[in-house]
Amino acid sequence: MSSATQPSPLRSLSSEIPYLSVFLGIGTLFFFIVAILTPEPAMRVHAFIFLAAFSAGLYALLMQLQFGKTPPTDTYNLNVAKAGVAASAFWGIAGFLVGVIIAAQLAFPALLSWETIPWLNFGRLRPVHTSAVIFAFGGNVLLATSFYVVQRTTKARLFGGNLPWFVFWGYNLFIVVAATGYLMGITQSKEYAEPEWYADLWLTVVWVMYLLVFLGTLWKRKEPHIYVANWFYLAFIVTVAMLHVVNNLAVPVSLLESRSYSLFGGVQDALTQWWYGHNAVGFFLTAGFLAIMYYFIPKRVNRPVYSYRLSIVHFWSLIFIYIWAGPHHLHYTALPEWAQTLGMVFSIMLWMPSWGGMINGVMTLSGAWDKLRTDPVVRMMIVSLAFYGMSTFEGPLMSVRAVNALSHYTEWGIGHVHSGSLGWVGFVSFGALYCLTQWLWKRERLYSFALVEWHFWIATIGILLYICAMWVAGITEGLQWRAYDEYGFLQYSFIETVEAKHIPYIIRAVGGGMYLTGALIMCYNLYMTAKGHVRQSEVDGANAPAANPNLVPAE
Amino acid sequence: MSVMNRHKFLEKHTGPLIASILVVVAIGGLIEIAPLFYVENTIEEVDGVRPYTPLELAGRDIYIREGCYTCHSQMVRPLRDEVERYGHYSLAAESMYDHPFQWGSKRTGPDLARVGGKYSDDWHRQHMIDPRSLVPGSIMPPYAFLQEKKLNTDNIMGKMRANKRVGVPYTEEQIAGAKHDLLMQAGSLYAEDYSGFEERWDGVSTPDIPNKSTITEMDAIIAYLQVLGTMVDFSTFEIETASGRDDAQSEDVASHQATDEASEG
Repeated sequence: MSSATQPSPLRSLSSEIPYLSVFLGIGTLFFFIVAILTPEPAMRVHAFIFLAAFSAGLYALLMQLQFGKTPPTDTYNLNVAKAGVAASAFWGIAGFLVGVIIAAQLAFPALLSWETIPWLNFGRLRPVHTSAVIFAFGGNVLLATSFYVVQRTTKARLFGGNLPWFVFWGYNLFIVVAATGYLMGITQSKEYAEPEWYADLWLTVVWVMYLLVFLGTLWKRKEPHIYVANWFYLAFIVTVAMLHVVNNLAVPVSLLESRSYSLFGGVQDALTQWWYGHNAVGFFLTAGFLAIMYYFIPKRVNRPVYSYRLSIVHFWSLIFIYIWAGPHHLHYTALPEWAQTLGMVFSIMLWMPSWGGMINGVMTLSGAWDKLRTDPVVRMMIVSLAFYGMSTFEGPLMSVRAVNALSHYTEWGIGHVHSGSLGWVGFVSFGALYCLTQWLWKRERLYSFALVEWHFWIATIGILLYICAMWVAGITEGLQWRAYDEYGFLQYSFIETVEAKHIPYIIRAVGGGMYLTGALIMCYNLYMTAKGHVRQSEVDGANAPAANPNLVPAE
Repeated sequence: MSVMNRHKFLEKHTGPLIASILVVVAIGGLIEIAPLFYVENTIEEVDGVRPYTPLELAGRDIYIREGCYTCHSQMVRPLRDEVERYGHYSLAAESMYDHPFQWGSKRTGPDLARVGGKYSDDWHRQHMIDPRSLVPGSIMPPYAFLQEKKLNTDNIMGKMRANKRVGVPYTEEQIAGAKHDLLMQAGSLYAEDYSGFEERWDGVSTPDIPNKSTITEMDAIIAYLQVLGTMVDFSTFEIETASGRDDAQSEDVASHQATDEASEG
């Protein structure tokens, strides 16, 4: 501690350390006080989690001062991207596992539910699943890839010294607080925005720092031109900030309690939520991952993006139109019809930029189509675009009021979400993780291509089982709800429509289990790759064609 | 193409690029959401919708805490089968004091917008303790722990004040009497402790026999479920035109309303 107060090492260090230290120090004290004063046990747990994280951060910074470590000067900060890859793998497994558990709970309701223990009930685990896959897995993939891509495309080191690390740990702290909160029953019940006010405030701080790191790196770029992937990352960061702040406006009961009440109520709150909710899909799960597409596919196949002009049209039309689509979540509700109609019209228009982007990604393979056969990582990313295309066709279809009358509230919606998230977001992320692990740890090749094949096929079959089961379940219950018998009475009681879904529920859980299995195979492969191993049978055998990057295209 | 050439400027300047992004992504939300706050017929004018009583509010917080919204919607759409299955379609006015809204997005279980009064308190209690004892095919998790857990009433006034700050019209009188009224509605005070309870809360009746020494979370959530969808009297309610709904559909729905109410009555 004493050396921290000596001025000499301070001067030699980069400028953000004193500010960060003071911030973390004050925070540590603040959470200590909260932990003592709060009347709520769950809030005390959270205060201690914050306290532990802040003091660990402070300790790490002070150690840097103590040893007078000079700030690293290598061209790129790759370690934070490596940490992002590891965190993505961890949260991916956690999120998929919780998904399989809650899927199994619906098939076998007595599973993991104890009369006296509320922690593992479906209602509390469901937001754990959604937040873990979207924000923990997806978010860490976006952090890792954006930190990597922005450095490579600007030829500049990440801005802000320790700031990227603050963003990484701060973001993951938010995830831990959110997930433990759901288990303890802390939620504001807005889908995909369940964390309470203090977690939201913390995320806002982290997110502003993220924007600062990203912009700062762009500012000191050594390339005059900002690459298209960075436009998408920028749109994702800026828009998510706007959505997050507006949708989470709330008044807490007190500064020592977790509960808050959202600023908007009823119909206004509903539209604000789905403006947020749909654009969490549009900007978190689409714009951010399109940035991945625009960097990793061209890089992996060593071809330029198919059309520069198309990427400009794609970018602006996508971000303009997406924002309007939210009301399609509220068809036939008490939301005024003009708003529903606007949402429907823009959702249908959204089909075009979505497919434009998909075409731009797929056609990037022009002249390198053989890679689909020879490199399973490329195949994974191209199939992700196929799922993207399917899902962005299904979406506009479901946003038509007449179709929505049938599909809304049913399992069809769940199937739709998962064809997009498992197929598109998941697969493009896996592709990026395979690439990043190889590139960041500077390996010649992946540990095993055969294992990528196994991952690809197990996961693909898993997705197909999942979405087919949900189509069957959703359309069945939708039709049963509105079925009339010959006397003009409703034909089915509600519980009969629940019982009809038992088999699809089992098939769905199996599909999800397969997807999880594939991801476990990937984690093993990534770990072995990072360690520098190459699977023995693939070294001497001739069955490792993609290991040779100089293959001549088939044409 | 000159537009493409001009775009080159954005590709080389971070400030204008980020400013353009902000403008482009702000437009849709502004046009769709902002009018909801000032267009008058967004929320119908109806009688009967009042803020939740302290016990109902506490129950609502438990409903939110347990994630009930992940499986139950509270929004009956103006479609023939829904109106026949659940009751009159939901009005915007009925959720105007809901911060946040609980319309939901999924019906793994049935819609609850009009569940109030459909079953007895005892039915709800037994159903939440062991759902499959009443509905064998149910896939709902058991909530027996609510029965064991004493309701925390310490912060009820704070909760009502926070609601008032976001626009729920609680009176100072209602907030001041919060704890008393909570005990009253839960049935743990005698009628001689009445002191204005029914005047403060429109349409809430005092339980006949006070029989509770401890109020549990189960009592609160049942009170909340029992008020859902009961505030508006649809026997006198008239559908106004131009409320943003499809009028032809509304009339179609209204004709089915009679049968629905007859079967409930």
